[in-house]
Amino acid sequence: MRTKANTWTARALIGASVLFILVMLALPLAMILSEALHAGWSAYWKAISDSYTLKAAHLTLTATAAAVVLNAVFGLAAAWAITRFEFPGKRLLTTIIDIPFAVSPVIAGLVFILTFGRLGWMNPILTAYDIKIVFATPGIVIATVFITFPFVAREIIPVLEARGNDEEQAAALMGAGFFTIFRKITFPHIRWALLYSVILCTARAMGEFGAVSVVSGHLRGKTNTLPLHVEILYNEYQFTAAFAVASLLAAAAIVILVARNIVEYMVKKEDGGHVR
Amino acid sequence: MKTRLKNKTIPGFGLSLGITMAFVSMVVLIPMFSIVLQSSALGWSGFWKTVFDARVLASYRVSFLCSFIAASLNCFFGVMLAWVLSRYRFPGRRIIDGMIELPFALPTAVAGIALTALYSGKGWVGAFFADLDIKIAYTPAGITIALTFIGLPFIVRAVQPVLEQLDPVYEEAGRMLGASPARIFRSVILPEIVPALLTGFGLAFARALGEYGSVIFIAGNMPFKTEIAPLIIMSKLEQFNYGEATAVALTMLMASFVIMFCINVVQSRAARFVKE
Repeated sequence: MRTKANTWTARALIGASVLFILVMLALPLAMILSEALHAGWSAYWKAISDSYTLKAAHLTLTATAAAVVLNAVFGLAAAWAITRFEFPGKRLLTTIIDIPFAVSPVIAGLVFILTFGRLGWMNPILTAYDIKIVFATPGIVIATVFITFPFVAREIIPVLEARGNDEEQAAALMGAGFFTIFRKITFPHIRWALLYSVILCTARAMGEFGAVSVVSGHLRGKTNTLPLHVEILYNEYQFTAAFAVASLLAAAAIVILVARNIVEYMVKKEDGGHVR
Repeated sequence: MKTRLKNKTIPGFGLSLGITMAFVSMVVLIPMFSIVLQSSALGWSGFWKTVFDARVLASYRVSFLCSFIAASLNCFFGVMLAWVLSRYRFPGRRIIDGMIELPFALPTAVAGIALTALYSGKGWVGAFFADLDIKIAYTPAGITIALTFIGLPFIVRAVQPVLEQLDPVYEEAGRMLGASPARIFRSVILPEIVPALLTGFGLAFARALGEYGSVIFIAGNMPFKTEIAPLIIMSKLEQFNYGEATAVALTMLMASFVIMFCINVVQSRAARFVKE
């Protein structure tokens, strides 16, 4: 069907695309590995088993898990409220949920410093109850929640909207309670979409740098996450160590990418079965 | 009447809206309100002086120019990639398709140090350009490359679904009428993808304006030359100069909101066009 000139164009375009991906995306990954193993395996091992690295990894895992769970709770609640009910200000609410997408990570950190920081207007209340948010783990978690705020809600809302709420209405009329309806009717339809959004959320939460950098205060061994640890090592000219820690994060990113692709396939399959 | 019925049959309205509003106020509304509070404390004259300071103005220029060039480059490469991924079948297509989100999954600080190592005078790509007497890292070109890296998924993922759903009948008709492939692309395909392309451009541009982690390593951060606006906010914060940091942040926020508004206008126009 296609003419010869056309296959030639196709080949040129495919070649250019592959080259672009290799230079833009694959080379940086290879560079990380090459720099990390520059001084041999023992140096690599020493860098990633360093106690500060382990503490940073621990904090990153804790903060990411907390942010993802909080976001899943919020996203499900918001999706339920927005798709199942009519109320004034609904459009405004969806716009507000999207705000964090338009805000620079540095500004996201700044707003929490202005609110909960030492000079922040909520500081008197916080000190009265002896709560520490900024320069402590809660600050890192709340900044991460801000950055990833729209992810879950944005993914679940279209799925619920497309399905309508006839089944839920029927179940409610037959006397089923909220948790029964959610668990037995709604959840089975959104589980892949939820998993998909949780994966995206994890990727972003794990790697968040700007916002966390502002609220963490860079206390080594205390409020240092893995991305911040990479920066500190790099700025101290410990390049091998910086790239070794970076390679851990890159490996996590690749695992997330693979998981994302598998789940995306499942979402499409499920969509095909039910909606389209 | 209908509204009331709907809100009454399905349970969980109070619970879901309550959780949603609690999160929205704690994470977005109250912190964003702090920005307004803080900038009003600075007063008009202080605000103008900060926002129009020569060094701050230079940082806006660097940020806007590099972000604009990066988003434009991505329009070109992004459409090419979306086209190749949606139209051609070739070995490795799935891998390339899966890799598109790498800039999204890879922590920005990791991307930052990897790109810096790659494009500095001693890096694999940088050394090649150094022979031609071209410096990339620590110049605006380096910033642009980091921002291109960050923005790539936005454009590809905006355009790809449109290309996949495009009915090949029109292209066929164009070919039958004797149009060249270039003419078909310009007159048949381009008008179809323009709304999606503009949306992707806006998202990539907004993201690039606020980007911090991947840029600061490769930028070199020379005042007036390679200093980006988020870095200005960061350094003012480090000096505990919250008033001036907020003033610059407010200017950047307004720019982001204008971009987001434009995206919404483009999208609603496109939606209306399709409906008619």
